[in-house]
Amino acid sequence: MAKKARKKDEGAPLTRSHELWLIACAALTLAPHAVHAPLWLSLATGGMLAWRGLIWWRRRQLPPRWLLALLVLAGSVAVLATYRHFFGKDPGVALLILFLALKLMESRGVRDALAALFLCYFLLLTHFLYTQSIEVAGVTIAALVVITATLAGLAHAGRPASANLRLSSLMLVQALPFMLVLFLLFPRVQGPLWGLPMDAYSGLTGLSDTMSPGSISELSLSGAIAFRVKFEGKPPPHNMLYWRGPVLRHFDGRNWRPGRQTVSTELPYAAKGPDIAYAVTLEPHNKAWLFALEMPALLPPDAVISSDYQLLSRTLVRARLRYELRSHPGLVPGTEESTETLKASLQLPAGINPRARALAAEWRRQLGDDEAVIRQMLGHFRREFFVYTLTPPPLGKNGIDEFLFETRRGFCEHYAAAFVFMMRAAGIPARVVTGYQGGEQNPVDGYFIVRQSDAHAWAEVWLANKGWVRIDPTAAIAPSRIEAGLAAAVPEGEPVPFLVRSDLSWLRELRFRWEAMNNSWNQWVLGYNPQRQRELLSRLGMREPDWQSMTAALAVLSGLLMLALTAWALRRRIRLDPALRAWNRLSCKMAGIGLARYAWEGPADYARRVAEARPELAMEMERVAALYISLRYDRRKSRRDGLMDGKNEDGKLLQEMNQMIAGLKIHAAR
Amino acid sequence: MDAALAFKRWLFRLRGPETAPIVLTQRRVFVLPTRPGLLYAASLGVMLLGAINYNLSLGYALIFLLTGLGIVAILHTFRNLVQMEISPGRAEPVFAGETAHFRLTLFNRRSDGRYALALRLGENRMVTTDVPERAPATVQLPLATACRGWLRPGRITLETRYPLGLVRAWSYVEPDMRCLVYPAPEPNAPPLPLAGAGESGGLRSGRGTEDFSGLRGHQPADPPRHIAWKAVVRQGGIGPLLTKQFAGASAALLWLDWNDLPPTFGTEARLSRLTRWLIDAQSEGLVFGLRIPGKDIPPAQGERHFQSCLEVLALHGEEGA
Repeated sequence: MAKKARKKDEGAPLTRSHELWLIACAALTLAPHAVHAPLWLSLATGGMLAWRGLIWWRRRQLPPRWLLALLVLAGSVAVLATYRHFFGKDPGVALLILFLALKLMESRGVRDALAALFLCYFLLLTHFLYTQSIEVAGVTIAALVVITATLAGLAHAGRPASANLRLSSLMLVQALPFMLVLFLLFPRVQGPLWGLPMDAYSGLTGLSDTMSPGSISELSLSGAIAFRVKFEGKPPPHNMLYWRGPVLRHFDGRNWRPGRQTVSTELPYAAKGPDIAYAVTLEPHNKAWLFALEMPALLPPDAVISSDYQLLSRTLVRARLRYELRSHPGLVPGTEESTETLKASLQLPAGINPRARALAAEWRRQLGDDEAVIRQMLGHFRREFFVYTLTPPPLGKNGIDEFLFETRRGFCEHYAAAFVFMMRAAGIPARVVTGYQGGEQNPVDGYFIVRQSDAHAWAEVWLANKGWVRIDPTAAIAPSRIEAGLAAAVPEGEPVPFLVRSDLSWLRELRFRWEAMNNSWNQWVLGYNPQRQRELLSRLGMREPDWQSMTAALAVLSGLLMLALTAWALRRRIRLDPALRAWNRLSCKMAGIGLARYAWEGPADYARRVAEARPELAMEMERVAALYISLRYDRRKSRRDGLMDGKNEDGKLLQEMNQMIAGLKIHAAR
Repeated sequence: MDAALAFKRWLFRLRGPETAPIVLTQRRVFVLPTRPGLLYAASLGVMLLGAINYNLSLGYALIFLLTGLGIVAILHTFRNLVQMEISPGRAEPVFAGETAHFRLTLFNRRSDGRYALALRLGENRMVTTDVPERAPATVQLPLATACRGWLRPGRITLETRYPLGLVRAWSYVEPDMRCLVYPAPEPNAPPLPLAGAGESGGLRSGRGTEDFSGLRGHQPADPPRHIAWKAVVRQGGIGPLLTKQFAGASAALLWLDWNDLPPTFGTEARLSRLTRWLIDAQSEGLVFGLRIPGKDIPPAQGERHFQSCLEVLALHGEEGA
């Protein structure tokens, strides 16, 4: 009894082709998850799909329910072991992936298949938690077509695969206008609606708020985009593009950390000099930093500026953010710096790097002047065969000493750290500034692209009467790094990110096009948020784009689309054959004497019946029926024989038929 | 209750039998989501919450595309049914207790096919069919019979969930068609009242089963032992069944008379017995006449005669018979 009830629940059983489609849907949906899912999960899912495929191929029985229950349990335990909890983005997605793979193992009826397909739709959404690139959108569309075709196949088992795919493509194309209208006009709400799980933004790369030897060179291997910049007017030269990020003041012997700082909504310096206007589109990095060209001349909305002149957002940047800015590239701020800050900028950990301290003290004694010490230090870097490299040797406890006197190989963080250390040892207030330097202009759309590989560290020293002066020791070692970028500066053969390499020009060209497309995608598709929505709708002429007017516009446009689609649905493409119309006219005429044609009656039978009832009409009826038959059924024969041009022949026959019907004289029954 | 019924009648255009051909205009086609359709909508709602919470712009796009797909599915399902023409066909007479088959012709005037159309008579089994482009399709709707007389199929439900199964479009039609149901032949009836029955009364000189005279199309009432199995085999089993006909040297004359039956019999019992005898007489190739109150059919022979006798029995006592 229970078994019977279950059977009824499952709906109609699945055919073999249904099963194959289902497996394909699941594979297509799950494949992109392999990029971010833990290895064991990808292997387990792949294994289960292969197993299901084998069952299909060999026509075996599906595994028993107790085994599936065991697998669910094992999977849940594995998820728990990997993530330590069930709540959150990653474990949730992992569980859904497992459930879909297992659902295939127990799908026997149409109802199970429907549940699996809806789960597929849901899992398509979870791709976007990890990446919303054009590629993933493409894969999603392909999966949508296949899943929808599978749904169509479930509704009708007998149609060929090509017909189902064509139908699902047609339906998705027809759904596009609705998507567009909803996308533009659906009143957007800025999330999150509830507290996001802690791991929501894991996996974002970018600068860190500490710097140690190797931290920036590691980042330099990533070709990922940090932000994009559009300059108003002519872009400044490469060596002026210093994008200011975290300022690091505290040194513990190995790591540099930011010191204590205050924030303000007003610029802590007087803006002066020529300025540059630009807009930054910042990739999410899960920090509050807003990168700006030194030195910003104004604050973007919802931003503050720290006492170290770093722009900070009031909230963490977890979605792509666009802000407009102006900067004074020549401005040197901080002539009136507080003594507390200056004291903090002289801090050094006691007892390490004795040789560097001794050298700094010696220079101080010999040269006296601050600026002379700085020149001496930069000259030292130039003269003593220092090498700029992405793969410096590891450093020990007295890292600065080792670097300055032994290894002499380092990346920008080594030079900046050593420089600041020496300055402090010589009594000059100094600090490390991290951020990005440079950027590459995309000739296709004119945007500057700043990558993680453009991450940089430089120094600032405080000089009385001048303020905080930027000194970039890297420029002393490898001027081309500052003039032209990383690829030009490091020795040949070093592992520069593929996309930054300069030797493959056709590849660069291709990459520029691709990235320009990506940028428009980011600006217009991914960056379409409540603010952009309001801007766009205002530009389109909506006076007060609030949610009521948006909903009204949405309703009107959707209604119009519905009307158009209904017109399409009701369109009748077939006109009645003229011969059939004439034949129907005859029947109507005959209905007057009770001799209407029956729906199932063929022409010859009908003519015979009328002739029997009304012998005086026999001749005409026979002729009309013959004409009708030859017009409706004989057409191909006359054409094939080539006796006459088919169309003309038809026209003559039709004319004769019409005349005969019109001329029929029918008298009421005698 | 009456108001509800009246509303239903107005909404679904229930106006009694209609003459052919019936065209399913848009006013007659109704659409509602199915249970999977509701589930689909609910999962879109959950997905929307997720997209808002995580600010997934592409998530919005996906959900809106799927919403559009749902709307498009409504129209596709509607289109699968709307503007179809339905013409009633013939329904062959059956004996009470057998299943009547009502034949309907579905005509598609569009240049693309209609698929997975389900038709149902009352609470009976669904019959599923496809209607190819610009062509008619014929379906036979089974309906169990119980009583003799004219049987009207009543309201037929046409429905479809094609293409996505998310919505159901349906329509009611009540085509003007009927099926003649003959009385059920009495099981275990006594043999034909050959001896002493009727005034001409003579026994047939031959049993009429030895002299094979020819073949004719098989009728449901023919005894199985007269089926020409060899002919069937010769045709490879694909041709129609044929019945062997035998000529008695001189066919005997037989009157089947209502009044000769035992007086204890009620009307239906008499009709049932007479039906059985008619079948037997026909299968033995006899010449027979039928006499029931208010109706006298002179003795004759052949299929037409047999049918009209059965018809008289089927419609006995009904108005307009």
